Order: sequence, then C-alpha cells, then structure tokens
Amino acid sequence: MNASASSQAHAPGKIALSPPSRAGDAAFKFLTWCMAMMIFVLVAVVGWELFAGAAPALKAFGWRFLVRSDWNPVSSDFGALPFIFGTFVSSLLGLAIALPLSLATAVYLTELAPGWVRQPAISLVEMLAAVPSVILGLWGIFVMVPWLRDHLFKSLQKHLGFLPLFQGHIYGVCVLSAAIIIAIMIVPIITSISREVFRAVPETQREAAFALGATRWEVTRLAVLSSSRRGIFGAAMLGLGRALGETMAVTMVIGNRPEISASLFAPGYTLASAIANEFSEATGDIYLSALFELGLALLLVTIIINILAHVLIGAVGREKHG
Amino acid sequence: MTNQSQMPSVKPQGPGPAPDPQPQRPPVGPSVTFDIQRLNVWFAAHQVLEDISMQVPPRAVTAIIGPSGCGKSTFLRSLNRMHDLVPIARVEGRITLFGEDLYAPQIDPTVVRRRVGMVFQKSNPFPTMSIADNVTVGLKLNGVRQKAVLRERLERTLRMAALWDEVKDRLHANALSLSGGQQQRLCIARALAIEPEVLLMDEPASALDPLATAKIEELIRELKKQFTIVIVTHNMQQASRVSDLTAFFYLGKLIEFGNTNKLFTNPANKQTEDYVTGRFG
Amino acid sequence: MNDLHHKWRKAKSAAISGLCFVCGVIVILPLALILFHLVRQGWSSLDLSFFTHLPKPAGESGGGMANAIVGSLVLLGLAVLIGVPVGVLGGVYLSEFGSIRLNWCVRFAADILNGTPSIVWGIVVWALVVVPMKGFSAYAGGLALGFMMIPLVVRATEEMLALVPNTYREGALALGIPKWKSVLHIILKIAGKGIITGVLLACARVMGETAPLLFTAFGNRFWNHNLSEPIAALPLQIFSYAIGPYDDWHRQAWAGALVLIVVALAINAGVRIITRGNVPSTTK
Repeated sequence: MNASASSQAHAPGKIALSPPSRAGDAAFKFLTWCMAMMIFVLVAVVGWELFAGAAPALKAFGWRFLVRSDWNPVSSDFGALPFIFGTFVSSLLGLAIALPLSLATAVYLTELAPGWVRQPAISLVEMLAAVPSVILGLWGIFVMVPWLRDHLFKSLQKHLGFLPLFQGHIYGVCVLSAAIIIAIMIVPIITSISREVFRAVPETQREAAFALGATRWEVTRLAVLSSSRRGIFGAAMLGLGRALGETMAVTMVIGNRPEISASLFAPGYTLASAIANEFSEATGDIYLSALFELGLALLLVTIIINILAHVLIGAVGREKHG
Repeated sequence: MTNQSQMPSVKPQGPGPAPDPQPQRPPVGPSVTFDIQRLNVWFAAHQVLEDISMQVPPRAVTAIIGPSGCGKSTFLRSLNRMHDLVPIARVEGRITLFGEDLYAPQIDPTVVRRRVGMVFQKSNPFPTMSIADNVTVGLKLNGVRQKAVLRERLERTLRMAALWDEVKDRLHANALSLSGGQQQRLCIARALAIEPEVLLMDEPASALDPLATAKIEELIRELKKQFTIVIVTHNMQQASRVSDLTAFFYLGKLIEFGNTNKLFTNPANKQTEDYVTGRFG
Repeated sequence: MNDLHHKWRKAKSAAISGLCFVCGVIVILPLALILFHLVRQGWSSLDLSFFTHLPKPAGESGGGMANAIVGSLVLLGLAVLIGVPVGVLGGVYLSEFGSIRLNWCVRFAADILNGTPSIVWGIVVWALVVVPMKGFSAYAGGLALGFMMIPLVVRATEEMLALVPNTYREGALALGIPKWKSVLHIILKIAGKGIITGVLLACARVMGETAPLLFTAFGNRFWNHNLSEPIAALPLQIFSYAIGPYDDWHRQAWAGALVLIVVALAINAGVRIITRGNVPSTTK
C-alpha cells in the first residue's frame, strides 16, 4: 500500500514509521509453536528412555516381572511384586488416612470457617505442600518414627495385636510410617481440590436446604457432599497419583526391605524407593534394566491414576471456569 | 460542517430490488475517504452485513446509527480490517481508502491499521503503562525512537485530545489513575499519536457520564477539521449533535444515508422515520 | 418429642463442626511440628562457618554446606534458563495462536508430565545425558530440574495470559503494530506479574527436589569448578547426611533443612502475600 501518496493530503511532515514485514509474525508463531511442541517432545523422551532402558529386562522376564517376588541382584533374579505391594499398601493406606482429614478440613474451610480465618488457614494448608519431601523425611526419621514406635505403635499392638496387621516386631520404620508420611504430604492437594469442588456447588442448593430447616451439617451433607461425590473421588485419585510418586520421604521411613508381609509394622519397599536406593549401585545391565522396568511400571500406574482423576475432576472444572 | 457540492447522491435503500452495483464507477479522488461497495460480512454461517454501499467523505463526521444487533460495529471494524483477527469472519466486497483497495491480497493489515485508527467502547489504556507510555507506545513499537520526537508528539496529541492541561504534571502516573472520561481521551490521544488519516470510534462515550460525554463530543468537533471520523453510536441525540452525515442500519442492511439534519428531520425512508422518532429501538 | 429431636440434630451438627475444626488443626499440626523441630535442632548450627565452609571428611565434626547452597543456586539457574523461555513461549503459543483441540492436547500432556514421579525424571535424564557424557554433571542436574519446570511454567503462563482481557489485544493491534510486537511488549507485560508468580512457585518447588538429582548432579563434597562435573545441592546433602551414620552429619542435616525450608516458605508466602492469594492454580 502506497502510504506516501495519499498522506500528502493530510498532515505534512509525517514521521517515518518503520516499514512493516509479515515475516516477524510468521517467525514468532513458529518459535512459540516449537516451544509448545517441546511438551510433546518431553513426553516422547520420557517414554522412549524408559522403554529403551527397560527393554533388556522386559525381554528377560516378560510380564512375570510384575508377579515374581525375588529380588536378588547377585543371581540376577528380579521380580517387582514386593515393590508393587509396598507402593500400593503405603499409598492406599496413606490415602485412607488423608481423605477423611482432607474432606473434613475442606468442609471446615468452605462451609464453616469464619471469614477472617479462611484465607490464613488456606494459606497454611498450602504451605504444607511447599515442604520439600526430603525435609519431611528428615523429620520423619528423627522425630515421627521414634515417637510412633514408642507410643502409637506400642498401644496399637497392645490393643489390636490379635489382628495380623499389628503383629510382628516394631522397628519404627515400616509401611505404616510410610503411609502416615504420605498422608501428611497428600492432604494439601486433596483439600485444595475438594475445596474447589465444594465451591462449585451453587449457593442456591445450600439455601434450599436451609429453607427446609436443615442444620449446618445437614445442609453440608445434603447440598454439598452428595453432589460432589465425583469431584471428591477425583480429588482422592489425584492425591493417590501424588502418593505413588513420592520418593524421598518414603525412602527414609519405610525400612527398605523387599518383603511382603501382612503386618503394617513390617518394613517395606516401594517402586520409587527401590530405584532411589539401588540405581547408583546397580551392576550389570540386567540389574539396571530391572530398575528401569520398575520406573516404567511406576510411570504407567501414575499416568493411569492421573488420567482417571482428571476425567473425574475435569467435568467440575469445566463447569466452573466455562 | 457539510459541503453540499461534495456529497455524493445516495438512493435510500428501502424494500425493493437492490440498485445497480455500478462496477464501472469513475475513480474516486481525495474527496472520498472510504468507498464501500457491496460489503457483505458473515460470522460463520450467519450473515451480519448485507450489500452495504456508501461513501464516507473526508474532514467530516459520519455517524452510524441503528438498533442493537444491526451490524454497526461490524461495519466499523471492516474499515480497519479488525475482522482479520476473527477466524470465523468472512468479508466480501470492496472497500477502498483514498482509492486503494483495503482488502487486496498484497496489503498488510498492519499498515491499514496505521492509517485507520480506532477508539473502543470501553476505554482500554494499557494498565501496566504510564500516561506518557500509553500515548507513545504506538510510535515506539512502530520504530520511532528519538526522544525529542516522542516528547513533541506526546504533548501535541495530548493537546489535541484536550487532555494536556489535566495531565501535564503527572505524565508518569499510571494510566488507570485517570477518570473514565480522561482514560477515553487518553485512548484517543494514543490512537492519534501514530498520525492516522481516519479515526474510527465505536460508541466512545457510552460508558461515560454526561459531562465527560460533552467533552468527547467537543473533541470530535475539533478533530474533524483534520481527520475523517466515523462514529458508531446508539445515542441518536449524540449523532445529531456531532455528525455531518448519518447512516441508518437495520438488521444488517443500510437503510438510509445522508445529511444528518435531513435524516433526522425529514427522513426519506419510513423505517428511518420510525427509528428516529422512537417508535422502535 | 419433636423439640428433643431438633435439639439432637443441632447438637450433632455442632459436634461435627467441631470435629471438622479439629481435623483442620490435625492437618496443620505437622507443619507446626516440623518447623518447631527444624528450628530447635538446626538453629544452633547456623553459624557463619555453616554458610562458608565445605564439608569436613567423613567422621570429623564441623564443616559446612557452602558448596551445597551454591550448588543449589547454580542448578536453579540452569533450570530457569531451560524452563522459563520454553515454558513462557510455549504458553504464549497456546494462548495467542493455539486452537481448542491443540491446547487440550498440550494441557493433557503437560499434566502427565507434572504428574511424573520425580525419580523417573532422574533416571530419564541419566540415560539421556549422564550416559553419553560418561559422568554426572551440573548440566544433567539442571536439565532434570528444567524439564520439571517446563510443564509448570507453560500451564501457569497460559492461565495468566487467558486472564488478559481481549480488549487490550484489540487496542494494541489497532495501533498498527504486528501481532508479535503486541504480544511481547504489551500483552506479556500485562500478564507479567502473574507469570512471574508462576515461575517463582515453580522455582520454589524445583529447589526442594532431591530425587531427580540423585543420578544427575550426584553431589560433591567439594566445590564444583566445571559444570560438566558433579555438583552438590542442598537437598542432596540433607539426604545423604540424614541417612548417614554420624551424629554430626545429622546435626548439619537439620541446619541445612532449616535453610531450605526458610527459603521455600519465604518464596511461597511472599508470592501469596503479594498476589493476595491469586496464584496460578496449576502451580498448587
């Protein structure tokens, strides 16, 4: 477009603007596109490296890997069952401890807390999420585990020792300790998501319940909790996903023994802890490859749980944000 | 100010067969800013403007009036190619600016927007920038770096926007510290800084109180001495106060276009008359 | 009879409300306990030598974590160099150029990455970088942390840019400037505070990570002089001291943990105070 010809009719002494070029927009769009594609590249890299690393073990053991219980680096005999067992027991137990606490806290923060308490309390819960795993583990080894060993576990064995769950020697470091530490770590995320789920319930629902003469708790139960079942389940799944991947704190309090036991007081081992403890010392390709296979199993389980969680929460999120 | 000898004659487009498209028009010179020929705009499958043809003269204010949803804003945004930003929009027809086709394939829309400035309904000064930075941002990002030029341009456009005296002592205050009316005048100054030839205004005073509105209208009367101004307004009294020509749109069609006084006192079309007398709106 | 039943319902409601309050207290209790113990066990060890001296040989008492603190900063710097440009520009694409379908796919993939256990990042970067380089290095550690930052920053950037009203985009383009200039100089500035918030929170998160560094940065009892060599990091040092046999190491682990948590909480609290709680939800 000839800018000079028609501008003569107007302001004289027009200042020169830089000549435009459409190349700038195209280059910028391409650059930012490449950066966005890096996300897919990263997913591919993670998948590729895990599969490539696990390939020798996959070839040697196949699917039996997941159900065998021997873990013998000397004889190159590897089975992942103790780790899968330890991971699931500690994570599910941790979730069982965390879920009621988180829901109650979320109910308190959303429905019951007076206005001035709300924001500081929410911030405090979110601060808990900011505590690095290794610090929680440090506190776990030197403070929590000794206390549990000498107090809670002793009385549990005294009163409930007839159950196989609470039998056996109490070391302190065990599956139950790991579950408690996991619970502490996943409470913030479950609370946070549950809070959003509860907030998504329209105020009119609560008002309708109040108008029927319901008490505060009944309003919460009828209007909020019953319509939030899906979201709560999703929050729990998200917490579980976080729990499965926890490494440092769990490694420091679980005892690191690849055993399957009925007792909660027995030391255990998780997929993540096994990798953390043994990777540096892994000699031989099969040993290393077995650890990669543990990593692959861990990643796949985590992905499935997280997808499930997002499907459940996604509906809630979409309604709220539009 | 209207110059009757420069006014092209326009037939009122009431119900009936559409007039001849006249593809062999004589070339238009600087007596016409925009020559719009058979403009049609669709958003996805929905047609918003149908067969709009009109000519906008320079150094005058042309008002676009009509009830909500009649396509006024869509028409305005066709004049500076803002629809390029909307993927589902489709523009057909021919719009020329001082004789040059705006939508020719080799035309860069960025250049069009340098020549045709726009002021929006809700004032939108950039919130992270000061008053001075808001005014000069268009110049800076278009390559003008010399501080002396920027300073001079800053004062000149703020004076043109009748804002200089109110802000000259706090040019570095954040733009959002101004009142609503002042923010809108700031946006006008920002648009004027890059020296466009046309100023498009989309209901510029609709969010302002009467005092601020009066200031904007007075500003428009001053600015038209230098620029072509096209203003969309849903306020008929404003159109009659401020404009030289008025175009009445209804349901995507141009119903009548002509001298403002005549359109309001003695409209040629029944629909126009019904609208300006308030029988519908 | 009705009155009694009503009283019972009200009492039950009050009791449950009390229970919820107690649960809230239980939830916050560990945070208080951890801080209490960190201060009690670690404060006395925080002297100048802790911040300026290297670790002493195994078994000897004394020494400090100077190399670990500096190492953490170096690794954070590398992570930011990788994570922030890729993350911000990626988020820009999603917000300014993306389509609904592509954005959904990228968000989904980013969520998968965000949910990836940190130990997995460790072994992936080990295979990717440490093996070809035939050794542990600061580069590998920084890369692992940077990879973790990318999906966090992409989501935070996209979220913050989406909050910028469209009228500013239109206003910028109406000045006749090309889209790329309008995004870089105007739109990003408007979303700037929120994006920086997201980046800071990602930094705080990544700074406390241990697992990805176990087989990449590996740790170093001395100063790192070359980024292609192993490097110490605060979380790594805390971990190896905590599980070690010496009481003096345990003492230092507490001190290091106190430093680490003060920094992490200061960033988190500071960011939340400045933004009054409006942080990108994807960094929670």
